[in-house]
Amino acid sequence: MELNQLTAHDLLDKLKSNQATPEGILDSLYARIQKVELKVKAYARFNPADKPGVSPRADGLLSGLPITIKDNICTEGLNTECCSKILNNFRPPYDATVISKLKTAGSSIFPLKANMDEFAFGSSTENSYFGTTHNPWNLESVPGGSSGGSAAAVASDEAIWALGSDTGGSIRQPASFCGVVGLKPTYGRVSRFGLIAFASSLDQIGPITKDVEDAAILTRIISGYDPNDSTSVNQDVPDYTNSLGKDIKGLKIGIPKEYFIAGMDTQVKAVIEEAVNKLKSLGAVSSQVTLPHTQYAVPVYYIIATAEASSNLARFDGVQYGYRAKSNNLIDMYKKTRAQGFGEEAKRRIILGTFALSHGYYDAYYLRALKVRTLIKNDFDAVFKDFDCIVAPTSPTPAFKIGERAADPLKMYLSDIYTISVNLAGIPAISIPCGFTKEGLPVGLQIMAKPFNEEMLFRLAHAFEQNTEWHKLKPRL
Amino acid sequence: MAIDKETVEYVAHLARIELKPEELDKLSRQLHDILGFIDKLSALDVGQVKPTSHILPISNVLREDKPHICLTPDKALENAPSKNGNFFSVPKIIE
Repeated sequence: MELNQLTAHDLLDKLKSNQATPEGILDSLYARIQKVELKVKAYARFNPADKPGVSPRADGLLSGLPITIKDNICTEGLNTECCSKILNNFRPPYDATVISKLKTAGSSIFPLKANMDEFAFGSSTENSYFGTTHNPWNLESVPGGSSGGSAAAVASDEAIWALGSDTGGSIRQPASFCGVVGLKPTYGRVSRFGLIAFASSLDQIGPITKDVEDAAILTRIISGYDPNDSTSVNQDVPDYTNSLGKDIKGLKIGIPKEYFIAGMDTQVKAVIEEAVNKLKSLGAVSSQVTLPHTQYAVPVYYIIATAEASSNLARFDGVQYGYRAKSNNLIDMYKKTRAQGFGEEAKRRIILGTFALSHGYYDAYYLRALKVRTLIKNDFDAVFKDFDCIVAPTSPTPAFKIGERAADPLKMYLSDIYTISVNLAGIPAISIPCGFTKEGLPVGLQIMAKPFNEEMLFRLAHAFEQNTEWHKLKPRL
Repeated sequence: MAIDKETVEYVAHLARIELKPEELDKLSRQLHDILGFIDKLSALDVGQVKPTSHILPISNVLREDKPHICLTPDKALENAPSKNGNFFSVPKIIE
């Protein structure tokens, strides 16, 4: 195998025993990118003529190993545009805390940033100002979203590993569609400082990797309290690699009946049932559980997330950074800048969120949604009294075709039906590859656990992975 | 609850987004559908339920009031579409 095809932990072993160099790894990544990037389009602002310079540092825990970063995480001096015209040519004057932590650990930040839905608004990466990313397993299908570029880059071996962000499934759903591992940590586990905010009470940064061990390594590096993020939690970060290789005998798994509903793809259902059987054969005990307010998660989310987004995106007004439309009048400048700078989905969400917060509608929409959020959280609390984790599909369908849902926002929103509740409840969840459809599209298994119990996710996910071969399969490109 | 074109136009003004007539038509229809879907929340009795604006049990996170290093004016202005000395520059707001 070429270096770019290996996992991060395999490469770290090779770097430590001088069987590989950071320069060699970068060369193999660039060779791969030259070969497949025009088909996959995992990166924003890629120009085949460029080979961006990077000086890998061969020190620290990560020995100069490169990492791919989603376009909404600030990297000092390196374009960070949320794949939006309104942040045209924005070069952050500072690093996000996760980037500082990665640099301190010796990682090289890969100079190309991963494509995404504009401001993380989407489930398909079709809403990027830089064009759609294609699923490496089937180029006519979407890679999922919003971290579709990160997931596609890892799946196509154009990246060793990557960071994404997850507000309603934006790490897990693309990981599922692209056949890779994706984790949304507990809300407060990872600092959001320098993550360009979408919905501040839901956003979390997390890893997208080729296997569970890489996710455990990366989660430990990026986690921890940060005085610059008042919602980060001051709680010790365990060495998550200690959760790997443990048996899962007697672990109690809940299977939520509301996640196996009409509209779910029959092949996905069969693959998930097979995966649950595998977990049982490894000693886990499963029973059906109920999360009765599941059907309200999507409507609650599209009020809360858009309300928070409308407030967070008020800062993009053409004054301090990014795109500015020409006008002699200030209000007119704001309006034209935002009309020309934001894409269609961004405008839709900002206006929906502004409506939900506006006078006369606040109680009926926003306040009511916050109350139903409590009910959704209570559902999880009740199940976790008796169960170690909850296992479910990550998405009701495999990757859908490019263009298939783009014209119908409501249909697109419903693709997040299994991932959204996790963000509303603030709990951690992981998606791991667990099989394929007959058409050769990956299916993801989602595991959820109590707040700050990422160790449970790694333990169960690793046990499953080590007893299956799905994570070793690679798309033919 | 229905949303009409006038409301969408007003909310777009609050959000400082200029809409073309065809955008306003399309968006009004789409928001009408989306809000129709969201209206299923009104079926729930939430009279006794407390709102969750945030899942962490933290409030009033304070820090010591000590000076620390922050961005220099040059760095803060690096990305400005228009600047004048140490200031962001915008169209004139006083006649």
